[in-house]
Order: sequence, then structure tokens, then C-alpha cells
Amino acid sequence: MTDITILSAALGGVIIGLAAGLLLLTHKRVAGISGIASGLLLPWNAESGWRLWFVLGLIASAALYRITVGEIAINLDAPLAVLAVAGLLVGYGSRLGGGCTSGHGVCGIARLSMRSIVATLVFMLTAGVTVYIYRHVL
Amino acid sequence: MIKNLVAGLLGLLFGFGLIIANMTNPSKVLAFLDVSGEWDPSLAIVMASALITLAAIQRLMELSPEIQTSCDGVKQGIDRKLLIGSAIFGIGWGLSGICPGPALVGLSSGLPAILVFIGAMFVGFVIFNRFHQR
Repeated sequence: MTDITILSAALGGVIIGLAAGLLLLTHKRVAGISGIASGLLLPWNAESGWRLWFVLGLIASAALYRITVGEIAINLDAPLAVLAVAGLLVGYGSRLGGGCTSGHGVCGIARLSMRSIVATLVFMLTAGVTVYIYRHVL
Repeated sequence: MIKNLVAGLLGLLFGFGLIIANMTNPSKVLAFLDVSGEWDPSLAIVMASALITLAAIQRLMELSPEIQTSCDGVKQGIDRKLLIGSAIFGIGWGLSGICPGPALVGLSSGLPAILVFIGAMFVGFVIFNRFHQR
């Protein structure tokens, strides 16, 4: 791991925290991506408008980055079938657990929510065990 | 309308943060989750700096009484749903190295892998809605 990686990780984190903080300030809403994205499903309500715009912003960010800065590395070697199962588990699990890496891992812990601290510990643990089994046991 | 525009800009900013932090690269995330071998602490640094920044903003908001900080509807207490849901989420995250934010940011790459993941993720949302809520 290089110094530049540490620096970009810290800088990226500050930007994520800033975006989440400004969303709280302007919309009084927590920047939990699973909640925002699943809120795009029908039927729509009063919250759906800003959620759609937030998601469009997320999607546009990569396109804008490619035009203005450069390539974005996405290295992914899992087979499509594994990714389909993974997506299903991420979608269902994040809703059942009430949040994902952003909602629990960043926003919840920043509020010192015990629910979010526990949720984050649990998904870190099962993710770590899954990676270990998938990479080193199977 | 202005609120929607602001939300769009904040989505853009959030996405830039994920990209700069390299969290849009699944192999970088998996290098954090794989504690055996050469461990990469990047994800922990990203999370720590994000939540310290957010906590600082929240502290400033609390100091100005005209800004309301309470978020209604935030659940309390640790229940089975929280534990089981988070455990399931972690398995999916570990299998792929992708969580919802980076998945959506990766959409414009057009990679079939990302499209399949996002499609399946929304199926997961629908299954949850069908069986648990609404």
C-alpha cells in the first residue's frame, strides 16, 4: 500500500462525509444508499423525487470523472452467477438490516447509533468470513 | 425543484468521494475484507475519515439551534432483523466486493458484471418489500 493510496482514501472519505453532512443539512435525510436506491421502486411518494436526483448524481459522477480526470479502475473477476447471488443478498440483506456500508457504516456510526455499530460489526464479520472461505477454502 | 437539484449535486459529490477513495474498485474492497495475506486498510481509512467529517458537521449543526437535526423514523434497539439482514448483506458484499453506492457509481462503466449486480440488488429490494413491508 502506497502513501498516495492512504491520501486518496482519506480525501475520498472526507468528500463522502461532506456529501452526507450536506444532505443531512439540506434534506434532513441520512445518506444511506440502499434506502435511497430502494426508494426508487414504485409506488412513489414525496421522498422519491430527491432520491431519484441523488441516484442520478451518483451515476453521473463516474461519467463526469472519466471526462474530467481519467479512467476508473473496476477490477472484478467473479463469475456473473456469483455476482447475481451477491446482488440479491446485498439488496435483500441491506433492507432487512435497515442499512448498508453508507447508512450504518458511516452515517449511523457518526451518530454513535448502537444499532449501526452492531450492524457494521456483523456485516464486516460475515463479509470477512465469506472472502476467506471463497478465496482460501473453496 | 431546488431541493432536487441540490440532491443531484450531493449524489455527484458522494460519487466523486467513492471514486477518489478507490472504493468503486471491488478488488480494493476485497483486499480490505481479506485479512489473510497482504491486508489493505484503505476501506477503514475511508470510513474513518468519512464519519469523522460527518460527525464534525453534525456537531456544528447541533451548535446552531435554528437548524433542526433530529431525524424522525430512526429505529431504536437491536433486533433479529438487524442482525440477520446485516449478516446476509455482508455475505453478498464479501462475494462481490460491491455495495450499493459503488454499484450505482459503476453503472456507467457498462460492465455486464455491474449491470447484473444492480439488477439482482433491485430484485432483492423487491423481495424485501413483498415479504416485509408496504
